[in-house]
Amino acid sequence: MNVVVAKTETGRALSDAFAVARGRLPGTGQVADRRRQAFEAYERLGLPHRRIEEWKYTDLRALMREAFSLAAEPDPATLERAGEAVRPHTIDGMRRLVLVDGVFAPNLSQTDGLDHGLRIRTLQGVLEGADSAIQAQLFTPENSDAMVALNSAMATDGVVIEIADGAVLKEPLHVLHIASTATPAAMFTRSLLRLGNNAGVTLVESFVAADGVKAYQVHDSLIVSIGDGSRLDHVRLIEDGRDAFNIASAMVTLGAHAHFNFFNMTSGASVSRYQATIACAGEGSRVETNGVNLLNGRQHADTTLLLDHAVPNCASREVFRAVVDDRAHSVFQGRIIVRPDAQKTDAKMMTRALLLSDEAEADNKPELEIFADDVTCGHGATTGALDDSLLFYLRARGLSEKEAQALLIQAFVGEAIESIANDTLRDLAVSTALRWLEART
Amino acid sequence: MPLLEVKDLTVRVEDNEILHGLSLTVNKGEVHAIMGPNGSGKSTLSHVIAGKPDYEVTGGEILFNGEDLLEMDPDERAAKGVFLAFQYPVEIPGVATMTFLRTALNAQRKARGESELLTPAFLKKAYEVADRLNVPRDMLKRGVNVGFSGGEKKRNEILQMALFEPSLCILDEMDSGLDIDALRVAADGVNALRSPDRAMVVITHYQRLLNYVVPDFVHVMSKGRVVKSGGKELALELEASGYTQFEDAA
Repeated sequence: MNVVVAKTETGRALSDAFAVARGRLPGTGQVADRRRQAFEAYERLGLPHRRIEEWKYTDLRALMREAFSLAAEPDPATLERAGEAVRPHTIDGMRRLVLVDGVFAPNLSQTDGLDHGLRIRTLQGVLEGADSAIQAQLFTPENSDAMVALNSAMATDGVVIEIADGAVLKEPLHVLHIASTATPAAMFTRSLLRLGNNAGVTLVESFVAADGVKAYQVHDSLIVSIGDGSRLDHVRLIEDGRDAFNIASAMVTLGAHAHFNFFNMTSGASVSRYQATIACAGEGSRVETNGVNLLNGRQHADTTLLLDHAVPNCASREVFRAVVDDRAHSVFQGRIIVRPDAQKTDAKMMTRALLLSDEAEADNKPELEIFADDVTCGHGATTGALDDSLLFYLRARGLSEKEAQALLIQAFVGEAIESIANDTLRDLAVSTALRWLEART
Repeated sequence: MPLLEVKDLTVRVEDNEILHGLSLTVNKGEVHAIMGPNGSGKSTLSHVIAGKPDYEVTGGEILFNGEDLLEMDPDERAAKGVFLAFQYPVEIPGVATMTFLRTALNAQRKARGESELLTPAFLKKAYEVADRLNVPRDMLKRGVNVGFSGGEKKRNEILQMALFEPSLCILDEMDSGLDIDALRVAADGVNALRSPDRAMVVITHYQRLLNYVVPDFVHVMSKGRVVKSGGKELALELEASGYTQFEDAA
């Protein structure tokens, strides 16, 4: 059944945003055609709402009261504000690539002395250039999801990272998204990471706001291909301001014997959604996805993962932990598809939510679609409060109520955080969790 | 002043009154055994002293060094020197035993206005206590009680007792689930902690434990009251005649 829903004010505003921004969007010819097609798809689909199964728990028609216009190119004042946010969010020992209001900021980024086999370009540069192969890869996502289509139409800038065959980079790359806009605005970014064969890198993406920045909307997407025998460690830290929206999509493809280790931590933003399609396209590949949501107030955070096992002998593990306080709402949707050829697939998914208040909400939706007969697949989900018998044991040993809760919450998220291979990043995730716990009243 | 004074205590859980006017006085240096049949209220008494929620004290009082214990939160009681060795110690996955011990000890020290122990000083103390009690150091690295045998869990309780140095130790059915060798190890640990500054209340269903931890006083509980008190010979008497006589008396 086709449900025709009247376009909301927000949906209309986004349509207008494209019309206004069109002239500023990089790329002509085929790129412009693809943008137009993507935009037409968005126009047909409209903002996702609860009657679209994938968006059931994150009804943007209800949550997104207004659509902001495309952020202006950062002016000197905006860049200065962003510059002040760089230092506290810099991670030692990592190469920093900064996007300010969705536009690459060369002066805040470290682009000198790149390791052998590493190439970094901007999305704008690539779309305005002549490299049609990579332009095509940048537009591989289908227009079936409204927010992906909107991002394809509007993507202004981003980073395009290529790592050559055999290059295993010691220095992690840190893509830092800073919202620095003086007035409410939307940013549309698209990035690409292409790892050749037998290559390796650690990629960190973090989303933050400069001091004093209030409402803004992040629309991001990332396209990743991991070549045969390569390994990508990917960490996302969503630390956006408390009035911000962050809608992000990722499409990840793994080659043979490739390894993808992923960790996401969402503690910021008012409304956030991370939707990723991870495809095991080469035999013997391995995926580990781990996520932690730390939510309070009226925050809403949605993680929606699709693991697509298309070939035999691949393994995937999904571990997700949500800590939900006050009136916050955490969503985890995990879909696993095991296609007919994907024999000997080993796919497991475990999601647990901890509710710290009576009004907190957590939705877990696991979906397994298995078309092969010789596979090991499993999922589990639990939702509950802290265990009173554990709390009493700790209190009888001298811990205050808050200390006892904090220790149990740390243990609860610990299993997911432990999966981070890089020591600095693991410590960073632990300290983010500790800060969140200390801020609890 | 007695260390612990329980006066005419009545306690209910939901609609059931479990303790009906229980009195008990414990002085420093003494070891008291509380015996009684299942359902006589022994564990309820230990939980109420430690401050477990879900129990409603409807009458009487509990004084600890003359202070009103019932007014204190469980963590305040721990910091003041009350320690309950649990009948069923809980498993806490993801919290390393060492982290738990350090957090607990420092929380107690902080509450008493003492300085927190830094990690090296703490480790030295913890290893010293563990070695003394024959607790493998490896056990301290594992999650609290996770995958521990019954004997290991009880030893972990005694390790905590030795580390926190409480003035009142309540041992709730510490013999339950232990074979005779494990019981002997646990009892040795407890005996090593007997001191003129410390009192112990040993709660048990069976006389067997009292061969290893020899009490100064024995109290028999039945239906929520202490129905008979005496010396250690009372335990032997019970072993011979059973609890039936007291159930009739109560």
